[in-house]
Amino acid sequence: MIIDLLSDICLLLGGFFTLTGAIGLLRLPSFYTRLHAASVTESLAAPLLIIGIMLDTGFTLDSAKLVLIILIMVVANPTITHALCRAAAHGGNTPEMEITSSDKNQSQTEAELSGKESK
Amino acid sequence: MIENLHLIIDVCLLAFLVLIAFTAMKVTNLFVATMLFGIFSFVAALLFLDLDAVDVAFTEAAVGAGFSTVLMLAALRLTGAVENAKHRHSALGLFIVILTGAALIYGTADFPNMGDANAPVHLHVAPEFIQLTQEKIDIPNVVTAVLASFRGYDTFGETVVIFSAGVAVLLLLGMGHVEPKQEPEQNTVLWIVVKPFIALILIFGLYVQFHGDFGAGGGFQAGVIFASGIILYSLVFGEGYARKVIPSEILPRLAALGVLIYGVTGLASLLSDKPFLDYNALSSNPVAGQHMGIILVEAGVGLAVFSTVLLIFYSFSGVNHNE
Amino acid sequence: MIAAAIIALLITLALTLIRAFLGPNIYDQILAVNSFGTKTVLLIVVGGHALGWFSYVDIALMYTLVNFVGTLAVMRFFEQYNPQGEQS
Repeated sequence: MIIDLLSDICLLLGGFFTLTGAIGLLRLPSFYTRLHAASVTESLAAPLLIIGIMLDTGFTLDSAKLVLIILIMVVANPTITHALCRAAAHGGNTPEMEITSSDKNQSQTEAELSGKESK
Repeated sequence: MIENLHLIIDVCLLAFLVLIAFTAMKVTNLFVATMLFGIFSFVAALLFLDLDAVDVAFTEAAVGAGFSTVLMLAALRLTGAVENAKHRHSALGLFIVILTGAALIYGTADFPNMGDANAPVHLHVAPEFIQLTQEKIDIPNVVTAVLASFRGYDTFGETVVIFSAGVAVLLLLGMGHVEPKQEPEQNTVLWIVVKPFIALILIFGLYVQFHGDFGAGGGFQAGVIFASGIILYSLVFGEGYARKVIPSEILPRLAALGVLIYGVTGLASLLSDKPFLDYNALSSNPVAGQHMGIILVEAGVGLAVFSTVLLIFYSFSGVNHNE
Repeated sequence: MIAAAIIALLITLALTLIRAFLGPNIYDQILAVNSFGTKTVLLIVVGGHALGWFSYVDIALMYTLVNFVGTLAVMRFFEQYNPQGEQS
């Protein structure tokens, strides 16, 4: 009974975070922010969903393999994120910072930093 | 509820197929188009899973999404990466395509409905295979039994076809010669993460090979997965080092060895006065003979597929380095 | 509850596909395709358990590995081709 409830909660949360990540992937302004949003789904939503399914299956060979899938996903997907980020930075797609006009002091520092980064 | 879920998933996945095909058509950067073909294979494999065709889904994912994508990318490295801008619009071409498509669709109107219980294949062939597998071969995976034993001659033909594809690529391209670079470019995270992954992929390939009797799997999928491990090594550490691990000279010999294992298993039953590829002759107990025959034959297929896949990858990736 | 998760995953797949179509540069599209692969693995696991697909765990395992290899292949080949940098 408790395990069913836990499984339901995990599946619900996992589905919610997947949707959040996808909406972030669609709506966020630049590539690096979208990268951040997509990695949320891979690191948080995927283990939650799979743990939800594992609680439903019980303690069998299938759930041992599902643990393996979680481990692989948690290691492989951040590596892809890192490699993609590095490839994009080398390819000339540098991160931009927005300079807000409300805070002059802060905007000067940000202008210097973004000036250094866009080289 | 479950019926509705089946329907919803089927409709959504079919819609995705159309969307992905449309996107692949519209995108002009060919790298992205290749990756879209890869996820087309993913979604097609999902559909196969929904239709309960597990081995087909496995093979589609391994070959379509894995190896085919890598090959097309290796070929793209030699050609331009952006589609040509000029398009000719041909009304005659459109008319011919529509006519052919309409003829094909009209031809399928005579087929029985999908999953119809009264279709001839469900009334005659399938129950016989299921029953005979239980009596004579006694393994849970009926697909492997049909592939390796009941239709073993067809599978032998397929293995020879794969081998001749490798021979054709060798004749056309040759494998070239790639020196290991003195210092491959430093990417610490990738190196550290990929090394255990390669071991995992290779072990998984062996698992799929020998587990083909009991779950999804078999020689074809295992060969492709095993080759994917070596391809991963070649992608991350450089092709020169991959060619030191698995030298290009042994690959054609391994492919021939795979086909030879298959053929010799068939010949061994000829020596006992039984037909070609009749595994009952391989042991005193016919069921044990079938088991042994299936293991040997799948090993031959796995070896042949692995060597040919790796050979084709070496040929494609070695072209640019020919001076 | 599993049905809700499956519907959420299907909507996510559609949204990711839109990003793969729209993305202004290629890195967006590579990211979207990799994300699509991960969501497909999740759909196999959740849908396989709910609908009783046979041997779905092996296929999910293999998709994870194939997705990894495929995305690395795209990045490696694109880097080597990149007209801005040197062609190796």
